[in-house]
Amino acid sequence: MKAWLPLLLRLALVVLLVAFITSPGLFEPLLKPLTENNAPAIYNQGSLLTLTLLHLRTVLIATVAATIVAVALAILVTRPAGAEFLPLSRSLVNIGQTFPPVAVLALAVPAVGFGEKPTLIALFLYGLLPIFENALTGLTTLPANVVEAARGAGMTGWQRLTKVELPLSAPIILGGIRLSVVISLATATIGSTVAARTLGEVIIAGLLSNNLAFILQGGLIVAALAVLIYDGLSAIERYAARRMGREAN
Amino acid sequence: MSPRFDKLGVVIAVIAAYAAFAAPFATFRANRIVPGQARSILEALPATTGPLLLAILVLAALVALFRTPLILRLAASVVALVALALLIGVAGTFLTPAGNTFARVSPASGFWILIFAFTLLLADVLTRLNLSPSARVGVLVVAALAIGLLLVSGRWDSLSILKEYSNRADSFWTEGSKHVTLALGSLLAAVIVGLPLGILCHRVESLRAGVLNVLNIIQTIPSIALFGLLIAPLGWVAIHVPGAAALGIRGIGTAPAFVALFLYSLLPVVANTVVGLAGVPRAANDAARGMGMTDRQRLIGVEFPLAFPVILTGIRIVLVQNIGLATIAALIGGGGFGVFVFQGVGQTAMDLVLLGAVPTVALAFAAAIILDAVIEMTATKRRVETA
Repeated sequence: MKAWLPLLLRLALVVLLVAFITSPGLFEPLLKPLTENNAPAIYNQGSLLTLTLLHLRTVLIATVAATIVAVALAILVTRPAGAEFLPLSRSLVNIGQTFPPVAVLALAVPAVGFGEKPTLIALFLYGLLPIFENALTGLTTLPANVVEAARGAGMTGWQRLTKVELPLSAPIILGGIRLSVVISLATATIGSTVAARTLGEVIIAGLLSNNLAFILQGGLIVAALAVLIYDGLSAIERYAARRMGREAN
Repeated sequence: MSPRFDKLGVVIAVIAAYAAFAAPFATFRANRIVPGQARSILEALPATTGPLLLAILVLAALVALFRTPLILRLAASVVALVALALLIGVAGTFLTPAGNTFARVSPASGFWILIFAFTLLLADVLTRLNLSPSARVGVLVVAALAIGLLLVSGRWDSLSILKEYSNRADSFWTEGSKHVTLALGSLLAAVIVGLPLGILCHRVESLRAGVLNVLNIIQTIPSIALFGLLIAPLGWVAIHVPGAAALGIRGIGTAPAFVALFLYSLLPVVANTVVGLAGVPRAANDAARGMGMTDRQRLIGVEFPLAFPVILTGIRIVLVQNIGLATIAALIGGGGFGVFVFQGVGQTAMDLVLLGAVPTVALAFAAAIILDAVIEMTATKRRVETA
């Protein structure tokens, strides 16, 4: 019984989430008590489905870009040619994480204007760090005997990278991507303060009109997305770790 | 023998050359919200100062470009940064027409990129010097004092961000202290609740997964939503619990922000306490038991000191995160530096955004350096003691 209970809970969450964003009207009686003065209980200035998809698109674009750049940089600084950059890149990652997302977002506005662009920049920069850190950990903690064996088997640097080092680091890199996605999902809502179209729009509309129902539905959709995506990525990570015989952290 | 290039130096030199010769150094605007006009280094500074700055920058970039002794690189980066910091103030005075109180001068992309390039050089030198924790805090204090001195001396008063400040000097410090109170207060509350909770989770295994899962789920709720969701319950408490309103608990304002930050802070504190206690070597515990220590003595005398660096790492995560998140409190009337950020975004007055964002970043950065140093000190102390 214990084994299928979590799966059932997740399935129920998926069904609820899909039902809510496709036909929110069904849930109106539930949210109605939270509103005052006959205010609408369901967000009425745009479709929740569209906003959810836009939200996910923003996070996806930023994460894909961050993954490509972070992994490329981590590969670069772990090659002999880029070894000089390794200590500095470690300190930069440390410093970079102290920048609050709101500050990055607000500072990107003068450079690129309002809308989706500053949000993408903030999510990209903020997502870069966990992925880079994990990719670095993965690539620098490879079992020495495996790398030696690959070298002994006459593999070139490129072959070692693509056939040995990257597959072995995959679970740890995936862990970084997972962290980055969860942070980005929540941070993207702040993007709506600079006019990006994300689920944050619903929450901010709720804050401005003092409508608790809006805040709750916006917040819960984002939280449900984050929980489901976190779970999904954890499962992929475990699968990769099992295949590589390496523990993910 | 041909001179040898430093790889990072090549990157820095290229960035600096672009910023010094191709990007605008300062922006001039007739008033605070109209679009600005770009000014290069030579246009933004008096006739002799402009070429002087260029010469300093070129020399510093050359020092970076070739393999030079660390001490020379340190000097080059510090001289370049100080020259930039002093001369942006000169540019402010030079570009503002005499007696004009509406005109605004702010640092432009070239200035920021130059600062970035030479900070990169400085960061590389400091990393390579492998400073001890206390020396790192020392560098931070010197840098903070230098910036403080520049601010007090009035050399930057002609810059737009400080004009925004002088218009709001009082509210700047009130919001600043609110920001710090929110970040530190919620951290303190999280430590008071989180430490015992973490110890409990360590001792009672059946609780662990449940508690950590709940705290994990709280982390996934976007901050602006959590802040907003707490308005209603706290408003209810303020009305229905006698004495609550007198304590300052209200639906909007500081109370929901404080509770939200507290909830976000719990996970890192509890999780790191659990991890830290789980990492205590079995031998240490066995030895303590063999000496006849009670559970309480063992916790205070053995487990807790050994787990301390890990717990401290959790506290560092929380503090840096809270300083950043406290900005969002402004959206629900909780105050803090976020007030300026969101006002600035609303008025498209970017210098006002900077007035809120720069102190936030500086606070988070200083907190990270100081706590990293403390963590390293306690960790080495532990290693020395157990060796």
